[in-house]
Amino acid sequence: MTDNEIIQPENLVYSKPKLLNDNPMHYCPGCSHGVVHKLVAEVIEEMGMEEKCVAISPVGCAVFAYNYIDVDWVEAAHGRAPALATAIKRLWPERLVFTYQGDGDLACIGTAETIHALNRGEHIAIIFINNAIYGMTGGQMAPTTLMGMKTATCPYGREADIHGYPLNITQIASTLEGTSYVTRQSVHSVAAIRKAKKAIRKAFENSLRGEGSSLVEIVSTCNAGWKMSPEKANQWMEENMFKSYPVGDLKDTTNLE
Amino acid sequence: MAKIRGAIIIDRDRCKGCNLCVVACPLNLLALAEKEVNKKGYRFAQQTIENVCNGCASCAIVCPDGCITVYKKKEI
Repeated sequence: MTDNEIIQPENLVYSKPKLLNDNPMHYCPGCSHGVVHKLVAEVIEEMGMEEKCVAISPVGCAVFAYNYIDVDWVEAAHGRAPALATAIKRLWPERLVFTYQGDGDLACIGTAETIHALNRGEHIAIIFINNAIYGMTGGQMAPTTLMGMKTATCPYGREADIHGYPLNITQIASTLEGTSYVTRQSVHSVAAIRKAKKAIRKAFENSLRGEGSSLVEIVSTCNAGWKMSPEKANQWMEENMFKSYPVGDLKDTTNLE
Repeated sequence: MAKIRGAIIIDRDRCKGCNLCVVACPLNLLALAEKEVNKKGYRFAQQTIENVCNGCASCAIVCPDGCITVYKKKEI
């Protein structure tokens, strides 16, 4: 059997989701953002919500997410995405409203908006990309940076005396009464990507059912900021990030599968 | 037993040569181009061993830029 016989439309197993357009992504080679964009596009497509979805893009590397996924987007001021999502969801309750934020956006400047939106139990889904660094601006220390981790602004490693401790915002969110689904996933392997996709789907469905807010943290790599190859960055994440940010569901009061 | 055969198409010009698909392939069929680059200047991924792919789609699932399309057919 030749490749030409196999390459027929009826034999298609996997292709780039249609919602993800052909614009070349500006992300560095091997960036986790690309995989998460793909998952989001796949989930929206599978749910048939292409025309009924409003997404909020953050400030950070994912600021241009609106260029890549063909749904309606609103660009929020730095950290204010959950506030915008609140307004949109309240005015348009039948829409799928989600935010897509990084750790500098969600866990630093937007902490207040994030915690209060989650605590009010707004029926929104938040996708939180945690790579423990400010990727876009050149790899500075973020609130989520691990102890001892070297960044541009803590070249000798993060120290508790000077820089304080890593902020585990997902754990905080799981203690709030307004949240109904809080989970932490990663996208470093095929199995992890499949699980992350299920988590995103669950969060989106939960937001449509209106049973409280959902937070999906994706522990990610920033190979350019960490100064590693994409492959090494994945290994480093498994060895170091998962100790502070263990993967799994932190809270699940939904009755969804 | 019917054997399952797969085939992949890699969008060379979209590829950024991150090497994640090469690592993900359980049969080690992929490699980055040795002496060639695409229009962006990256060494793109390519299939180096032919006729062995089983269409598991691991490479396509981990590809951050969605460059890989996978086809699969049962050999009769």
